[in-house]
Amino acid sequence: MTNPTAFIAPRTGKLIMRWLLFAILVAFALFYLIPLFVMITTSLKSLDEIRAGNLVALPVSVTFDAWRTAWASACSGIQCEGLRPYFWNSVLLTVPAVAISTLLGAVNGYVIAQWKFRGANLIFSLMLFGCFIPFQVVLLPMARTLGILGLAGTIPGLVFVHVIYGIGFTTLFFRNYYVTIPVELVKAAKVDGAGFFRIYWSIFLPLSLPILMVTVIWQFTQIWNDFLFGVSFSQAGTQPVTVALNNIVNSTTGVKEYNVNMAAAIIAAFPTLFVYAVAGKYFIRGLTAGSVKG
Amino acid sequence: MESMLEIQNLDKNYGTVEVLKNINVSAKTGDFLVLVGPSGCGKSTLLNCIAGLESISGGSIHIGGLDMTHVNPKDRNIAMVFQSYALYPTMSVANNITFGMKVRGVAKAERLSKLQSVAKQLQIEKLLDRKPSQLSGGQRQRVAIGRALVRDPKMFLFDEPLSNLDAKLRVEMRLEIKKLHHDLGATMVYVTHDQIEAMTLATNIVVLKDGLVQQIGSPDAVYRRPANLFVADFMGSPAMNLIPVKAISEGSVTRVQIKPAEGAPIELIDNFNGDLPEEVILGIRPEDIAEARLRAGEDTQRMKCRIDMVEPAGADTYVVSWLGGKQVTARLQSETKAKSGESLDLAFDFSKVSYFSKTTGERLN
Ligand SMILES: Nc1ncnc2c1ncn2[C@@H]1O[C@H](COP(=O)(O)OP(=O)(O)OP(=O)(O)O)[C@@H](O)[C@H]1O
Ligand SMILES: [Mg+2]
Repeated sequence: MTNPTAFIAPRTGKLIMRWLLFAILVAFALFYLIPLFVMITTSLKSLDEIRAGNLVALPVSVTFDAWRTAWASACSGIQCEGLRPYFWNSVLLTVPAVAISTLLGAVNGYVIAQWKFRGANLIFSLMLFGCFIPFQVVLLPMARTLGILGLAGTIPGLVFVHVIYGIGFTTLFFRNYYVTIPVELVKAAKVDGAGFFRIYWSIFLPLSLPILMVTVIWQFTQIWNDFLFGVSFSQAGTQPVTVALNNIVNSTTGVKEYNVNMAAAIIAAFPTLFVYAVAGKYFIRGLTAGSVKG
Repeated sequence: MESMLEIQNLDKNYGTVEVLKNINVSAKTGDFLVLVGPSGCGKSTLLNCIAGLESISGGSIHIGGLDMTHVNPKDRNIAMVFQSYALYPTMSVANNITFGMKVRGVAKAERLSKLQSVAKQLQIEKLLDRKPSQLSGGQRQRVAIGRALVRDPKMFLFDEPLSNLDAKLRVEMRLEIKKLHHDLGATMVYVTHDQIEAMTLATNIVVLKDGLVQQIGSPDAVYRRPANLFVADFMGSPAMNLIPVKAISEGSVTRVQIKPAEGAPIELIDNFNGDLPEEVILGIRPEDIAEARLRAGEDTQRMKCRIDMVEPAGADTYVVSWLGGKQVTARLQSETKAKSGESLDLAFDFSKVSYFSKTTGERLN
């Protein structure tokens, strides 16, 4: 009965398949990393070396001049202050916008999923609808609203825009997470005497880490990377980093400083990369995980 | 004894769906009230209404003599054990049990002493630091009961607390709940659709169907004298035999004509029940049909029946025959000589039979 070759053959077959799979995955990963590689190496070269050399070659002499310029003295239009002031604009705008929209989404999701009231589904559908409205459609009405509120051209104005635009998504995330939690939990807590916020704070919030991470990463990426709202609703001095990056790259004075452009692009992209690297495992977990098992 | 729970004319609608219709139920202090009924009949809804977790559309609820119709769950002086236990997943067992006291601002020393005494009572002292996900089904159930016990409530509400447990554990926990009820002397309202649980635990059973109360009575009354065909069929396993027969009443005596599987109707004399309409349904429990050679007496009537099936079930043997166009099951002693395909003399105990109207299904005797 026991035939050793029949036993071994499928195992070696499996092993080969496994290695083949790895090889293909590694090849794809390398392929996707090529642009990053080019960006990093270019940013570390001097302008002369770029003009002389090959695009994918490693830098002959590593220099951080381009990074310094990009950060502190690159010219966007008439100002030559680098990305620094705009980077801080982006931080000042993204942090409160992410925090507020996540918080509102969490409470919205909690109410819609666990405190079913008349019309809850209608409100949820409307919020969902909000997720599908293209940016461009809201530009004019939003400009008018910001004008009326006296927030036009300010960072709080941009925070406002991003919070409004983000609530649909954050509510969707939290609602879908909280509907999987049995309603009996709220009932038990009610009998125990806890109220709306106490139940949220003591029971739901501790369960929410994965979905909180998903929402924060999502919102952070959206808001940090946003260009359209940033360019439409800001003015000189309140522009976010994406707009400044665009201005630096497109400034037509003199030669194209590819190394500076590359460094600036990496600086502008760094925070989202960082957030994903730190919280990425929660992101995967939050997207796939259910919540509570009985 | 004083009345602990008084539900009057309770209605509950979800939009246009009437889930509970004109419910009138009461329980005295120390009663063990069991709500039974098929799935979707409104048992959980009724329990939630009593707890105040669902608002009611009409009627009133009094608990301990006070009108609680519009009072918050936390102020009703009740504790509830849920079907899924609803333990707080991120809290330890100890915190699960003390959460309610913490919310109500009970001092820490008292919280701890109550926790200790309840943990001891339920034998969960070793589990206090664990999370609910690290507990077995029976342990979770104990914790859920512990959470209810620390409240010292006037009334306990249980929503199918044993339905997630395996058969053996269910029997154990059933006994423990019975003991708990005995020790505490508290009023309990208990939902189940396991009718053995209902029979063994209840002082009173409420049978529900489609949001209507079918019968309220002691386990014995509900079992022996079901109020209608639904209750007769629902309570008991195997179910009560319900045989369409022709009844000819002469004063207090009735001649009952039963159609066997083949041949002319056979007439039996019921000396206990009279004044019946002609078309009735005879209800008789399987254990009230015996082997004639082992059981005689003037309350019984014999009849030769052809046996279609014999099902040994350990202590008893069930034999199935066809009468009046229906399967009729008799519960015989295991040493019976009944063989399928042969005839057997069966004795029907007419002192225990029920009669139901063929048109309304209501009890007639
Ligand atoms: N929120 C709701 N909206 C509409 N109908 C509901 C709602 N909750 C319950 N129902 C309906 O009310 C009826 C009674 O439900 P309930 O949960 O009380 O049944 P049950 O007797 O506890 O059943 P089970 O034995 O399956 O637990 C069901 O028909 C159910 O569909
Ligand atoms: Mg139920």
